[in-house]
Amino acid sequence: MNGYGGTILRVDLTDGNISKQPTPGQVSRDFIGGRGFGIHFLFKEVPKGTDPLGPANKLIISSGPFSGMMVAGGGKCSWTTKSPLTGGYADASMGGHFSAEMKYAGIDVIILEGISPKPVYLFIDDNKIQLLDASGLWGKTAFDVEKELKHKYGEEYQVAVIGPGGENQVLYACINHDYGRQAGRGGVGTVMGNKKVKAIVLHGTKSVPVADVETYRKASLALYKACKDAEGLAEWTRYGTTVVTSWCDEVGALPTRNFSAGSFEQGPNIYGQTMRKEIVITDKGCFGCPSPCGKYSYMKRYNTQVEGPEYETIGMLGSNLGIGDIQAVAEANRLADNYGLDSISTGGCIAWAMECYEKGIFTKADTDGLELKFGNIDAVFALIKKIAYREGKLGALLALGTKRAAAQVGKGTEKFAIQVKGMEQSAYATHNATAMLLAYMTCDVGAHHNRSWAITYDLQVGRDKVVPEKVARIVWLQNFRPMFDVLGSCRLQWVELGIDRELYIPVLEAITGVKRSWQDLEAVGNRIWNLTRMYWVREIADFSREWDLPSPRFYTEPPKTGTTAGQITKYEDVQKLLDIYYEQRGWDENGIPTQQTLETLNLSALVA
Amino acid sequence: MRLYADSAKCSGCRACMVACSLNLFQESNPKKASLNLIAHFPDPGVYEMKVCTQCGDCAAVCPTEAIKQNDRGAYYVDFAECNLCEACVPECPEEVMFVRSELANSAWKCDLCGDCVSVCGTGALWIAD
Repeated sequence: MNGYGGTILRVDLTDGNISKQPTPGQVSRDFIGGRGFGIHFLFKEVPKGTDPLGPANKLIISSGPFSGMMVAGGGKCSWTTKSPLTGGYADASMGGHFSAEMKYAGIDVIILEGISPKPVYLFIDDNKIQLLDASGLWGKTAFDVEKELKHKYGEEYQVAVIGPGGENQVLYACINHDYGRQAGRGGVGTVMGNKKVKAIVLHGTKSVPVADVETYRKASLALYKACKDAEGLAEWTRYGTTVVTSWCDEVGALPTRNFSAGSFEQGPNIYGQTMRKEIVITDKGCFGCPSPCGKYSYMKRYNTQVEGPEYETIGMLGSNLGIGDIQAVAEANRLADNYGLDSISTGGCIAWAMECYEKGIFTKADTDGLELKFGNIDAVFALIKKIAYREGKLGALLALGTKRAAAQVGKGTEKFAIQVKGMEQSAYATHNATAMLLAYMTCDVGAHHNRSWAITYDLQVGRDKVVPEKVARIVWLQNFRPMFDVLGSCRLQWVELGIDRELYIPVLEAITGVKRSWQDLEAVGNRIWNLTRMYWVREIADFSREWDLPSPRFYTEPPKTGTTAGQITKYEDVQKLLDIYYEQRGWDENGIPTQQTLETLNLSALVA
Repeated sequence: MRLYADSAKCSGCRACMVACSLNLFQESNPKKASLNLIAHFPDPGVYEMKVCTQCGDCAAVCPTEAIKQNDRGAYYVDFAECNLCEACVPECPEEVMFVRSELANSAWKCDLCGDCVSVCGTGALWIAD
């Protein structure tokens, strides 16, 4: 099948059975790839009510038709599962070279099923596929294991690996790849650890079939030319995502001290410009990327290296913890990666604990003696390790995520657990940014930014406005942006370089031989969005609009300092945002797609 | 004319390699590229590129005279005349003369098509005298 590896690989870890089936043509037409494949297999194959940390849950790793092809940013890989953090849908998008290598091995999707009786790693070298003993790797950190496996098999082999966080079932454990790329959110690494899979080693030498080679080559070259000619390329490549740090600080969107403010008095110390000057040594790109956002850094004080920190991590492990020291933020990033923790949720959990400590809700008896004040770098380093190993009372508590931790502690701490649906909010403070707030409220995995990044749109059209046009923008972004994850390529060329999205269409058509338009692709995106919504409805017994509410902080506690001092979103506006959103989506007042909506999207039979 | 590389500007994306295989073999497969990338990670964290300098040492030792010059002045492998003897491989000072019989029925090398330069977004590759 043109544009595809052609194979779905199933690995039953319980009995060690490995099987292949051809990638179904109809599924490829309806769901295309990436997270489309992810939700298709998750919804269909993982029974209702499955324990996320039980044998019936699956970890679905999928590439798309752009993965591994000559397409700008064609290195995205989707990891889909039932989230142990939220109990609902999760997919984490990972860059690097993994999905490209899957395609060269002839594989579109790897489905990990069951639970292995002992630690293993999955070894794939074209048609040679084995489960190998990982008892010697279990317990080791992510970078050490990647290094060991790369050394054993060679530079051409791609590796994805969990750290101790995944082994120890921290509920937001991540999967590491290429010394710095992660499938970060929702606990995909927790599920991999639960299945006792320490790593996947991958090597492929096959060529991906293409419908019209010469048209594909010419259309792809035109796409690359547009990226290279883009006005913003030089600045974007110099700073990557950290280019927004100073802007966020200026407009009051930089999360500061557990989102109690959106501007940080030590902000300039962690701006992208400071980082580039002080610690960056190499630009590091994912597969096929002409505009590499990855920055590889050397931290002289610690004599260590890390890919990053990128903006989200700077916000969550920097300003949100009161840390204005770029080397310390980068080192915290390295620790989180190496121990296999999602740096966003880790930052959210530590910030919540720091607020508990500063308010006197926690004492040193609760923190294992740590002086857990905002800005205490050593306490942050120590706590990251404690979380990864569930060490002590606090490590075990924070391994559960802020929603569960706050429910256990009580005492009003739920009000400053900054999360939606159980997932910690990523690094945009939304006291007065209603489009971005709605984006977090309605994101399909919890409070994550990348489905509909709308913070600049808020500033353009009036940040406190609650109007149908604003909501329509969120709906459109949610249908459109995730299609890059479906296709297996990065959205940042469109977002940051302003590339005309029409340039992708002739590439896709030439690769697959299937006629497509963005209208058509957005319809697929809408269908996928509704299917993920129905997954939540199916799995959460009392699912209702309560699940779409943000942290009360954003409608009850205006920041005392910074650009957004005194500003807040009114609670009635929060509700109004949902009312308009549900209406535009064709969902009822509890945020559940109506029968008519499901029928229009041809989803009725699938969700029945 | 030859291809030049500045490893310090390389971000390791391998777009050059897939572009190379597409032009040379009409396939999307970086394993069939005629330039190479070595990633030195996690420490010290640098990429090293290897490209053909068009020195001609490969052509000089080819027993079947399969390595010829094209109108760009670049040495290329005439696939029909290569017998996979591998005599050229150890002669290449940059280790970018490739024979992998499991992947192709001929040796291959850079023919200076320039597609790698076209897709490199960081200016790490260029063609000059």
